Amino acid sequence: MTEQKPPILRVENICKILGGKEILKSVSFSLNKGELKVLIGPSGAGKSTLLQCINFLIPPDKGHVWLEGVEVQSRRKRDLYAFRQQVGMIFQDFNLFDHLNALENVSIALRKVKKIRRPEARDRAVAELERVGLGDKKYLYPAELSGGQKQRVSIARALAMDPKIMLLDEPTSALDPELIGEVLSVIRDLAQGGMTMILATHQIGFTRSLADEVLFMENGIIIEQGAPEELLSPDACTRSRDFCSRLNELYAENE
Amino acid sequence: MLEALTAVLEALPYLLKGALATSGIVIGAMGFGLVLGIHMAVGQVFGNRIVRWFIGLYVWFFRGVPVLVLLFLFYFGLFALIGLNLSAFAASTLVLGMTTAAYQSQIFRGAILSLPQGQLQAARALGMSDIKAIINIILPQALRFSIPGWSNEYSIILKDSALAFVLGTSEIMARSHFVASRTYHYLPLYITAGFLYFILTWLGVRALLKLEAKVRIPGYSH
Repeated sequence: MTEQKPPILRVENICKILGGKEILKSVSFSLNKGELKVLIGPSGAGKSTLLQCINFLIPPDKGHVWLEGVEVQSRRKRDLYAFRQQVGMIFQDFNLFDHLNALENVSIALRKVKKIRRPEARDRAVAELERVGLGDKKYLYPAELSGGQKQRVSIARALAMDPKIMLLDEPTSALDPELIGEVLSVIRDLAQGGMTMILATHQIGFTRSLADEVLFMENGIIIEQGAPEELLSPDACTRSRDFCSRLNELYAENE
Repeated sequence: MLEALTAVLEALPYLLKGALATSGIVIGAMGFGLVLGIHMAVGQVFGNRIVRWFIGLYVWFFRGVPVLVLLFLFYFGLFALIGLNLSAFAASTLVLGMTTAAYQSQIFRGAILSLPQGQLQAARALGMSDIKAIINIILPQALRFSIPGWSNEYSIILKDSALAFVLGTSEIMARSHFVASRTYHYLPLYITAGFLYFILTWLGVRALLKLEAKVRIPGYSH
């Protein structure tokens, strides 16, 4: 890959020890504009910790993060908050604000963080909810939504902030199988619309069809990295391929 | 019997004024406790070690010492010591307010801790500072879940307010006692006093139940 511009996100040498255990051992990678990189690997590999270290929800012990060539000074609160606004985060268990309806979930950060006035924030929230196909659910509260709908609201909430990149931490892992499709289709639309994303997932079929690059993590390091067709092709002798075929057996995924 | 009834009826306007004073003490104390208690709860959950230690000490002190002792201690001792010249009414309100703040802080602390952790993470991920997240995300939910515990605390403070009598505050108990010892109709007057407390408890608890229903989150059961 030859790119003239600096990568939109660069992560270097991220290390994290939690509870005496080395969760991340010097992880580095970069992300160019419009790319979708997929993190795969067994549970406990450190995928989730890595994503949370990128926006400092878990402060890394060591390491640096650059957004558009500028290093994030996570100790300076103002810089940190400004950085986080530009990085959308999707969680496995949605983390919607339970006391706010879908519309307010999407608009609250616009109003309180971006200081956008209520009517404009509302219009923007409505537009984002429509984009994820929930225009008719805007007055429902999280407890009244299905898992797939909750996750789509959380995607709308992140998108409303106009993020430069999105971090998606196993967005479909907490969903019933029949609800996974609606969330994946939203993510697919985003990828095709040019959104820059890092996605941790076990959805191998989705990865194969959409990922620009696969990062395979195990025991806190990226052990393999490459295009999905290289790493995941049936005759590749890679650790990734091995892992994915076992996943496929488990879920009997049809491709 | 008729005599007793007449005595009560004659005393009723006087006693109702006492009920007004009691309500004033309770509303003042609960309000003071609400504001201080919320700050203490937030400090105890999110504060550093020193903040947590001080709040812990405060809570132990006010939970560990009887209200009656606190009333004397502050009214005749500490307030005088720092040159604070308060009326009996203001002193009772303040002491009860400081006491209920200790209890209320634990109600709010429990409610904050019962919230799913992820919402704070999500708020931070959107670029909110912790203060903004606490004000906009954590407290609106924690306060909702605190209403049943708060309603219980209200009924306790209402009855503790009878102790303000010992400082000479002119509330229900003081006035009932005053009339009773003048007219010797002890039983009917103390029954009336008890009844007034009962009515105030009932009104407050009912209002809080209504509030609870009003702010309930649709579809959500905690």
